[in-house]
Amino acid sequence: MATQAESATLDHQHHGDGVRRRDFLNVAAVSFAGVGGVIAIAPLIVQMSPSADVLAMASIEVDISKVVPGQGIKVAWRKQPVFVRNLMPKEIAEANAVDISSLRDPQTLAQRTKPGKQNWLITMGVCTHLGCVPLGISEGENRGPYGGYFCPCHGSMYDTAARIRQGPAPLNLQVPDYSFKSPTVVQIG
Amino acid sequence: MSFSWAKPYEPKSALARWMDDRMPLPRLVYGAIGGGYPVPRNLNYFWNFGVLAGIFLTIQIVTGIVLAMHFMASADGGAFNTVNQLIMRDVNAGWLLRYAHMNGASFFFIVTYIHIFRGLYYGSYKAPRELVWMLGLVIYLLMMATAFMGYVLPWGQMSYWGAQVITGFFSAFPLVGEPIRVWLLGGYAPDQATVTRFFSLHYLLPFVIFGVVILHIWALHIPGSSNPTGVDVKNERDTLPFHPFYTAKDGWFAGAFLTLFVIVTYFAPDYLGHPDNYIPANPLSTPAHIVPEWYFWPFYAILKSFTVNFVLPAKLWGVLAMFSSILLLFLLPWLDTSPVRSGNYRPIFKRFFWLLVIDVALLGWAGGFAPTPMRVAVGQAATIYYFLHFLVILPIVGRIETPLPLPDSISSSVLHGEDAESAPAAIASKRPPRAKTVTAAN
Repeated sequence: MATQAESATLDHQHHGDGVRRRDFLNVAAVSFAGVGGVIAIAPLIVQMSPSADVLAMASIEVDISKVVPGQGIKVAWRKQPVFVRNLMPKEIAEANAVDISSLRDPQTLAQRTKPGKQNWLITMGVCTHLGCVPLGISEGENRGPYGGYFCPCHGSMYDTAARIRQGPAPLNLQVPDYSFKSPTVVQIG
Repeated sequence: MSFSWAKPYEPKSALARWMDDRMPLPRLVYGAIGGGYPVPRNLNYFWNFGVLAGIFLTIQIVTGIVLAMHFMASADGGAFNTVNQLIMRDVNAGWLLRYAHMNGASFFFIVTYIHIFRGLYYGSYKAPRELVWMLGLVIYLLMMATAFMGYVLPWGQMSYWGAQVITGFFSAFPLVGEPIRVWLLGGYAPDQATVTRFFSLHYLLPFVIFGVVILHIWALHIPGSSNPTGVDVKNERDTLPFHPFYTAKDGWFAGAFLTLFVIVTYFAPDYLGHPDNYIPANPLSTPAHIVPEWYFWPFYAILKSFTVNFVLPAKLWGVLAMFSSILLLFLLPWLDTSPVRSGNYRPIFKRFFWLLVIDVALLGWAGGFAPTPMRVAVGQAATIYYFLHFLVILPIVGRIETPLPLPDSISSSVLHGEDAESAPAAIASKRPPRAKTVTAAN
């Protein structure tokens, strides 16, 4: 310490113009170490994002030929449940009868399904409140007063277009990216 | 740092002197928890819970380290099976270690809650102990994170869905929320990446807690402990050396309290847990009723109390309120405007303190059981009152209340003039005669 202080004093005396070489060296050294330190943190942060094997599971194909109107199946996609439901004409009519402006998350059934396939309601089986799996996809489960899904955790109720109608959830059940590979095969993801 | 009459460390043997010159650890211990640390003589049993919390932290670290020798952090049945088959049935004494660790967590929270409410009643958070209080809150937050991640590790249904719900808090924040959630989980739902990282952090955080505990005690030892009268220590007659007086009292009380812990661990080990956690995690089926462990119930009630969108979505309000309910406590030293520390001398504050205790109990009840309209309403009322207590009632009470007369000193409040007779002979003989001290103090 003492020698450092001495040399700093000497340095100061030699360069009376106020800008010292040591100041520049200090700033440069600290900035270099600082930027390097920040960059070194990057791998520690990104290692926590989904790894390649998790991302590789990103798309699946589902055979829907066995799902008759009124039935639904639950399939796993990205380790999360997806509800594939074949709506009955009555349920489609119920969904279309709702005044869109009265909804918390206004969307029509047509916006939530593929053109010409309005009976195939494909949504995530993940409540938009805190991520529980709502009931109602399997036969005999409580579908709630709106005939869609009912989340047992905090009582969110979804209608036959899987739109939020009552309870704490802020949004409709999310519609994943999917496409019809053939009339009976859906690719999700 | 300490009071002027604190006994200095005197190495007694040649080895102790040799050590003291080179690495004076015995000196540090003597001054921190030995005969060299003077403590108010009037502490009641509520002052034992800090030491008890330290004991439970130690129990958790020791049982946790040995459990980790048998645990496998695998989401494909490995975590569930190593806990419920290997450790609970096959490992020698594994059931005992696991039950001790499980109930140790609950008891750690029991003693910590008593410790916190002790601080709330006796005003231990007031100057000059604000940092002691805030470091304590940091410990509490770290404890919650550690306990949550530990609960996920057995990978039962409650583990899985607890992880889903709690990481779901983050998705309440617009735009950044969902990416943060995915980043925390390492996937789109809790899975292998989640259980491995939670195990890593669950092993790390207790040692971080240990470090902050050292800071907590360090900050405490600058002004020294508060006491039930809240009156500052004035002279040597107000204090006793930590050792042997408080080591003995802490030791006896730890024995008594650990007996309770052992009784629960042996005879009702699952009483504080949830049976659904003995079902392996199933991402496709939610339990009918997800609840966190009992020590989170009041916060869970606050979360659930927001059911109506108002400018922001209800879910975001719930999450913000839940986080603020704890962050608010960091401001407590400045929200409570009364200069009097102890609730014993604050007639109005005392009533509100007990209302707060009832309020938190009601929140726990509202948060721990399935939401019925009545429970939600009670939870909402209790949530409002919780915030009212800290933000409105405390600042006002401090201004309008007339406190009761405070005792002149700690010793006069407990000794009524007979201190010469009541003090142990060894202490009494070393102390200057009473009259002299009083003159000096005056």
